[in-house]
Parts: sequence; structure tokens; C-alpha cells
Amino acid sequence: MNQEVDKKEPGEVTTLYNEFEAWTVNTGGQTIHAKRMPGFFRTFKDRAQLALWLPFFLVPYLRWNGKQAILLDVDHNQFHFFNLTVLPQDIWMLSLVLLVAAMTLFAVTSVASRVWCGYFCFQTAWTDWFTLIEDKIEGNPTARRKLDNAPWSFDKLKKKVLKHAAWMLIALLTGISFSIWFVDAFDYWNKLVHFHLPMVGWVVITMFFFGTYILAGFLREQTCFWLCPYARIQGVMSDNQTILPTYDYTRGEPRGKIRRGGQAVAPQGDCIDCFQCVQVCPTGVDIRNGQQLGCITCGLCIDACDVVMDKINKPRGLIRYASLDELSGMPAKKIYQHPRTLVYLSIILLALSGIVWGLTHMGSITLKVVHERQPLFVQMSDGSIQNKFDFKVLNKTDKDFRVKVTAEGGVKDQVIVGVEHDPMTHHGRGTSFTVFVKAPSANITQDVVPIQFRVSNVEDPDVFAEYTSKFYGPNK
Amino acid sequence: MSDKHDASSVPTTGHVWDDDLGDYINQPPKWWMLGLTVSAIWCVVYWLYYPAFPISNAGYFTKGLGGWTAIGEMEADKSVVDEVRGKFEAKLKDMTPAAILADSELTEYVTRSGKVLFGDNCAACHGTNGVGTHDKQGLFAPILNDDDWLYGGTIDTIYETIKGGRQGMMMAHADMLSEAEIDTLANAVAAGKPTSTPLFAEKGCTACHGEDGKGMQAMGSANLTDSVWRFDSSVEGIKYTIKHGVNAGTPETRVAVMPVFEGGKLSDSEIKKLAVYVYKFGGGQAQ
Repeated sequence: MNQEVDKKEPGEVTTLYNEFEAWTVNTGGQTIHAKRMPGFFRTFKDRAQLALWLPFFLVPYLRWNGKQAILLDVDHNQFHFFNLTVLPQDIWMLSLVLLVAAMTLFAVTSVASRVWCGYFCFQTAWTDWFTLIEDKIEGNPTARRKLDNAPWSFDKLKKKVLKHAAWMLIALLTGISFSIWFVDAFDYWNKLVHFHLPMVGWVVITMFFFGTYILAGFLREQTCFWLCPYARIQGVMSDNQTILPTYDYTRGEPRGKIRRGGQAVAPQGDCIDCFQCVQVCPTGVDIRNGQQLGCITCGLCIDACDVVMDKINKPRGLIRYASLDELSGMPAKKIYQHPRTLVYLSIILLALSGIVWGLTHMGSITLKVVHERQPLFVQMSDGSIQNKFDFKVLNKTDKDFRVKVTAEGGVKDQVIVGVEHDPMTHHGRGTSFTVFVKAPSANITQDVVPIQFRVSNVEDPDVFAEYTSKFYGPNK
Repeated sequence: MSDKHDASSVPTTGHVWDDDLGDYINQPPKWWMLGLTVSAIWCVVYWLYYPAFPISNAGYFTKGLGGWTAIGEMEADKSVVDEVRGKFEAKLKDMTPAAILADSELTEYVTRSGKVLFGDNCAACHGTNGVGTHDKQGLFAPILNDDDWLYGGTIDTIYETIKGGRQGMMMAHADMLSEAEIDTLANAVAAGKPTSTPLFAEKGCTACHGEDGKGMQAMGSANLTDSVWRFDSSVEGIKYTIKHGVNAGTPETRVAVMPVFEGGKLSDSEIKKLAVYVYKFGGGQAQ
């Protein structure tokens, strides 16, 4: 590649393009048939993706006190998490949860590169399961390529139909499993088998069915290359101290086929150019070209290379998790010498403490008061001034209760009218009612005075919420 | 998804700029052509399915195979709303306004539709939220959110008022009273103490406004002792009212007419809704 560049005069614009001639990208023209090889990273990947995604299929069936334990109830704008119910008002905590997730992704990526991509991402996981099915039905990569090129026969048809049927089954199950996080799982199944799902239910399941089938069955690594923004974002997060699956070029080069019985013509590195690392790669990249966009850092090439190194009696780790610093012989830095990671960690800590604060301070009742704007005040027949307030009380507990309305501040000798019956608030939703405050005209000294309302549970006055509004009177 | 990545075999138009920039004669990518074809087919399907082509200037057009009409879609949407409202409306039919008021769920329902009805039928005179409107003679229509009622502020009387309308009446006294008498009376009324002058009883004001000057709701005469005024509250304004009366048939007289709403634009249910809505303004009185 470098020789090519050297041919041109330096400074010529076209020299830049010469590098691209050597840059080959598989844009889907060729299907990657990766070999499955046992090993440490294979096992780790299998377990990691199962640990994260098996709950995705199973958790919605978990019951708690007769209700679904975890339910993102979009119909009723509620989020149930065991005993906890979160209403839209507290959804700011969700943004903190997302922040924690994002920062965890950043922190992990800066320390150990694309761990998410390699072992946890749904695209990786589903593609891996889909290719596992393909491997079981159609055979190893060589057999698969042969089958693809073979003319249609009953055997080919049988295998293909079986494979696609299995894929579709998983795709369907994926759509169902996604849906039941948002509606009651058993109710959903009941409606599904009776074809009674609402429109939105069919739309979601169809989208997920085709999404899964196409993304995991056909697009596969192309998704990581061209669709996924995180692949790109994470790609730029690694630096010289990040450990990632790396080919030790100082040890491996110059690569060459091993020669039996004869003397090597020139001094030779440990890499015997066997292409095992490329053949096991699920995205079909050659790790020996260095860290690149297509590499999801799943470590399968490490497994493959280690097997080969064992066979040729060379030490393992020609491809290994190493940082660029390590390869160039620089001393490894400690984590506290990596300020970026520390920044990520501190943001995670802040966000987590925000969530903890939010969960512990989530009041069980909220109050909003809107002062009537037209008219701001009304003069009554006895000369007193009356203001109208619209109360919105949100009862976040799981019981209905009556609330008492009291006020502090405002005008001397004011009377609260209209809520003598202590309005009933319904659990899990808002209740609105009107409150009038009447005050003697003589006591009104300012045209606007603050008034602090408090609603409290009649049976348990410790459950209360306050809101400061204003009392308007005539201009004096 | 383009099929060709090796550009060297693609013929060019032959035009060359800046030494090596050529213009390829290249097929658009397959996916793009596919998209174009599907879109074209979609257009045809759309034409056939929906009303589309005008046929003549007389307003004829192809009706479409799907039978879709805009009015049909509107009716379908409306029936969804009607279904939600239906169970409330059925209840309202046989209930008295007082019974509706006692039911908090129904009250919430009727105050919501009452807001719209009030805006359409009442706000022109009584103002948004019943704040009253003014003309050059002073208050044109009564404020509805205070607790002073000419004809009574219970839910039933409010309902009666909307249903049957009201006609204010007060004789013009310009010919019956001297200027000095009118002045004395006006000043006493303006101070909120009409009974402080013997003229109030002597001249027969008590016949309508009562011996205590607090008015009679049965006939809609105003309470002259409180701080809420039907017309202009200045001494001059009160004098004008005494002189020219209300609905007294002269061009100068003050006008106070509440139209009849029964049997006209509003159904009985709608009048009930409005009664509850007005009652909830803040001045409604217990039975």
C-alpha cells in the first residue's frame, strides 16, 4: 500500500485516493459465513448475551401482588416496578437512568473498547443466534457457501424453509416479548391468539417481526457498518490506553506460510497467515489491519489465533486484548491516570445519587394550583373579594382518599369556600376541583398577595403537598 | 446496495473537467429504481382507491373503490365521541339540575361541555366566565360569578332563568318625582342605605324593592343595600335609572332582557349543563 502511494509525487491530490484502492469494504455483496470455534471468548459471549437478553423474554411474565411485576403501562401512563409506581411527573428520573446507561457505555468503551457491541448488543446477539440456527441446519461455512451456490433441489428447499421458519419464529417471539413489557403479558397472549389485538399492537408486532428478521437474518454486520450510530460513536472513544483485541504486529510480522522441512528464506514472524482470525470473524474483518470500524471487539479471533498458536508451539496471545501503548512498549497507565474515565464515573455517580434522591423523595401526592385569570377577582354582595383557584391534585398512592384544603398567607380573615366536603382524590390519577377564597375588602392592603395552599390526606395529615399561588384584589 | 463498485469499467459521457473528473453514465442503484417503481404503482392504487379525478366541470369525479368520503370519516370520528358522551347524556336526560350538581362525576362532565355552550350562547352578553359586559350606560348584562342574584342563585332558579328568560321591569319616575326627591333617593341608594330617607317608603319604592330595600327575587327587583350593582353605581347613574326605569318603553330607558332559551337553540340537557356551569362560577346558592 505504501509503495503504491510512493509512486506518485507527494502533494498531488490524487495520491490521497490511492489508499482507498486498497480499502475494500463488504457492502453486503458477500454474505459473511463465520466459522464457530469454541474458546474462552466464545463462551463468554454466549453467556453474556444470554444473561442480558433471556430476561427480555422472561421477565414480563413475572407477577407481583397479582399484577405484572415490571410494566411500562403506556395505556395508563404509569410505570410499575414491583411495589413502586412511577407516574409521568417523576419521569425526569428516566432521563437520569438513560444518562447512567450512556455514561456506563462511554466509561466501559474508554477502558475496554466496544464491550457492548461484542458481547451484549441485541444486533450481535440476535445475529449470533440466527447464524447458530443457520449453522445447525445448513452446516459449516463451507457447506453453507456450497448450498448457496447449488441449484435448487428438494434438500436445499427443505433446509432453507426450515431455517427461515426458525428465524421467523424467533422474530415473532421478539415482537411479542417487546410488546408485553408495555401491556399485561397474559392478557396480550390471550388477545393475540384470539386475534383481538388493537391496531397499535399489530403494528408493533409486525414492525418487530420484520425488523428482527431482516436485521438479524440479512443485514447482520451491515447494520453495524452502516446503520448503527453507536458503532461510530464508540469507535472514536478508544485511545492509546484502551484495551481492545489487537494483533501484535511486532511479534507477528513479517507474516508468512509455515514451511515444513525447509529453512525459512527470511526471518519470519509468528503469524502464519492462516486466516483463521478472518474466518471466525462475525463481521468479516481482518484484525491484522489494526483496530477498525468493522471490528465489534468480540474476541472470537483471539480464540481462533490461540488454537493455532498452540498447534505450532508458539505462545498464545498473538492476537490479544492489549492497548496501543502496550504494543509500542509504553508502561500501562493506572485507571486514575485516565481523566476521561474518571469524568464518566463521576457523572454516573451524580446521576445515580439523583435517582436515589428522586426515589426516596417521591411524594405520594402532588398539587398544582392555577389562579383563574378572567376575572382575577370578583366583588361579592357583602363587599368582600373572592378569588377562584383550579386545583389539580395527583394521588400517587394506591388508595383513594379525601383531602383537606388549607391556606397560609393571603389576607386576614380569609375563608376557603367550595371544599367543605373534603374532595375525594382517586389513586393513580389526577383530580381537579375548584376552590374559592373570600376575604374582607377592608383587610386587603395590596393588589397581589402570595397565598400558600396545602392539601393533606384527611386520615393521614403527614401526606400533603403545597403550592404557592396569588390572591388578587382591587388596586388600592 | 449498488451493484458496481469498480468504477473503471463504467463508461463516461466523455466530458472531462480538471484533468480527471468524468461524468459516469451509470444506472441508479437497484433499490432506488425499486422505490421509484413501487411509488408509481402506489399512485395508481391511490387513484383507484380514493376519490381522485375530476371528470367534468359540473363537479363529477371518480368516487374511488374504497368508498371513502371526508364526511364519512368525520361521522365515524364523531360517533366515537358520541359513544363516550352517550352514557353521560343518557343520565342527564332524566335528572334535575340539582341532582346533576350532587353527582361530582356528572358535574365535571357538564362543566366541560358547559364551557363550550356558555362561550357559544351566553358569553356575548355575560362575558367569558360570566364577568359581565359593559356598554356606555354601564353594566349591560349581570356578572354571574358574584353571589348577588336578581332572580335567585339556587340551581333551580338559574335553570328557570335560562329556560324561560327574564325581563327586568322598573317604572320611569321622571314624571312622578321631583328632581330634589330623585336626588335624595339616589344619594341614599348610592350609600347603600335606601331606608335612611322616608321618601323610599312614601314614594312606593318598597312595593318592589321591599321594606328593607333588599329586593324581591320573585320579581327580580334589585337588592339596593349590597355592594353589587346591576347598572351604574354612581349617583348620576342611579338618578338615571330612577328617572327612566328599566324596560319602561321609552327610548332612554335601561334595557335588561334575558332571552328565552327553551325550545330554541338549546336542548333541555344543554340548559341543565349551563345551569350547573353558571352555578359553579362561584356564586351559586344552596337550595
